[in-house]
Amino acid sequence: MSLQQFMNEAISPWMKQEGPDSDIVMSSRIRLARNFSQYPFPIIASEDSLDKVLDFFSQEFKKRSFRDYKDFEMVQMKALQPIEKRVLVEKHLISPHLAEKSDKSATLISQNEQVSIMINEEDHIRIQLYFPGFQLDQALEQASQLDDWLEDKIDYAFDEKRGYLTSCPTNVGTGMRASVMMHLPALSMTQQINRMTPAINQLGLVVRGIYGEGSEAVGSIFQISNQITLGKSEEDIVEDLHSVVKQLIDQERRARDALMRGSGIQLEDRIFRSYGVLKNSRIIESKEAAKCLSDLRLGIDLGFIDHIPRTILNELMVLTQPGFLQQYAEATLNPEERDIRRASLIRERLQLESEE
Amino acid sequence: MECQECHQRQATVHLTQVVNGQKSEVHVCEKCAKENGYMNYGEENFTLNDLLSGLFHSEAPSPLKDKSSQAYPKKTQLKCSNCGLTYEEFARIGKFGCAECYQTFDERLNPILRRVHSGNTSHDGKIPKREGGNLHLRKEVEEYKLNLRQLIEQEEFEEAAKVRDKIRFLEGQLHKGEDGDE
Ligand SMILES: [Zn+2]
Ligand SMILES: [Zn+2]
Repeated sequence: MSLQQFMNEAISPWMKQEGPDSDIVMSSRIRLARNFSQYPFPIIASEDSLDKVLDFFSQEFKKRSFRDYKDFEMVQMKALQPIEKRVLVEKHLISPHLAEKSDKSATLISQNEQVSIMINEEDHIRIQLYFPGFQLDQALEQASQLDDWLEDKIDYAFDEKRGYLTSCPTNVGTGMRASVMMHLPALSMTQQINRMTPAINQLGLVVRGIYGEGSEAVGSIFQISNQITLGKSEEDIVEDLHSVVKQLIDQERRARDALMRGSGIQLEDRIFRSYGVLKNSRIIESKEAAKCLSDLRLGIDLGFIDHIPRTILNELMVLTQPGFLQQYAEATLNPEERDIRRASLIRERLQLESEE
Repeated sequence: MECQECHQRQATVHLTQVVNGQKSEVHVCEKCAKENGYMNYGEENFTLNDLLSGLFHSEAPSPLKDKSSQAYPKKTQLKCSNCGLTYEEFARIGKFGCAECYQTFDERLNPILRRVHSGNTSHDGKIPKREGGNLHLRKEVEEYKLNLRQLIEQEEFEEAAKVRDKIRFLEGQLHKGEDGDE
């Protein structure tokens, strides 16, 4: 398979589109956790009871009701090879948790891969929607519609006082996790993001580097999401998140301007060095690749590099993960082999742009 | 100990996973931990889980904050009659077993929820149309009552009378619904 072909299939269609503020906001996501009222939650449920939940979706799916609503494809976890599951995880179509789960799990994936409904994850149902760029309101609106449509068929576990009942106490209430993935190279270069984090936390929101709490952000990618799900409406949560993201966008733009004015040549040097590493290295670890890709994308945003599409960062961050590398190589690779493959895939990808 | 993923490097990351209530240990090197999503940027990360579980444990034996938890001496085994999960198990895995668990452990939940949700313990969001029962109606009545008070304060009595009639009408509907259920 050619790289172009592989990429076309590997990158979700929605990822190739640019959304509002997509120079800084990579994607917006809404996730809703829901449960059937009559069955125990998956964490404790018997095989039999998990089957019932799964059967419900299989039956509904046969009726075409799901496909009519949103041309979903139903993917049963038991039908997948471990490497295929990993690829779905790397595309964010399923959670790592679902991939590890028993055979009693499945996911419904929409044609453009923007919507997925995970079945028998930590909760019976996890509705997940991705939008390119900064489109939280749109994501919430669509998620809510999908939720209404499901609610018509399912008796949800709901309680007046506690709201939507979920397996984990951190999700109870709205069951909603709204998050925005941001590329903040200037704020992280200047350490400003660390100073802003406490204030953001006070609003009930969390900032995470791409590799989670407690470790540095690789590739200057941060996820901002709501921490609390009780005591606030979905709209209020999204509004709070919205205003924080808006401010971060402003601050990042300001920091980029300041960097350009104050140390433009150093910045240019850093960007072209990273570009050089990506174009020429023969072995590259994921961490270094992420850092260089972040610099490259900044270079594109600032106009230093103009022949490469801006979606390169999103694209290569997905493609250079272990599952994809191994799928492309059609072989199981150890970490060293992966580093070699990663370097060559990035070189090929950049070559592809220069040829066009 | 060698990394269980690559079998090459030293395992430096040690995690405890709970899947289906089954605890399992993961020993991997930092590289594999990152690459295999053990440190993924999804919200389900292990540090949060560990933290949560610790929080429940500290909550159970020291009911300082919430008086209601004193109603349950340490010995009492709270157990969900629907799914069989005990409070001890809930505290250990940090997860509920079913919707009923919320009722069973209700008295002990407020301090936990308050800590996790910045002081909040009750839902203020979307209400499902069917399971919500007449909750929609009751919320509407509450809102009108608030509105009524404001109108009276502002001495807009004509408008207030209209709102009062609406409240009467809705309350009538509420009663009808309740009678019908019984
Ligand atoms: Zn390893
Ligand atoms: Zn229970």
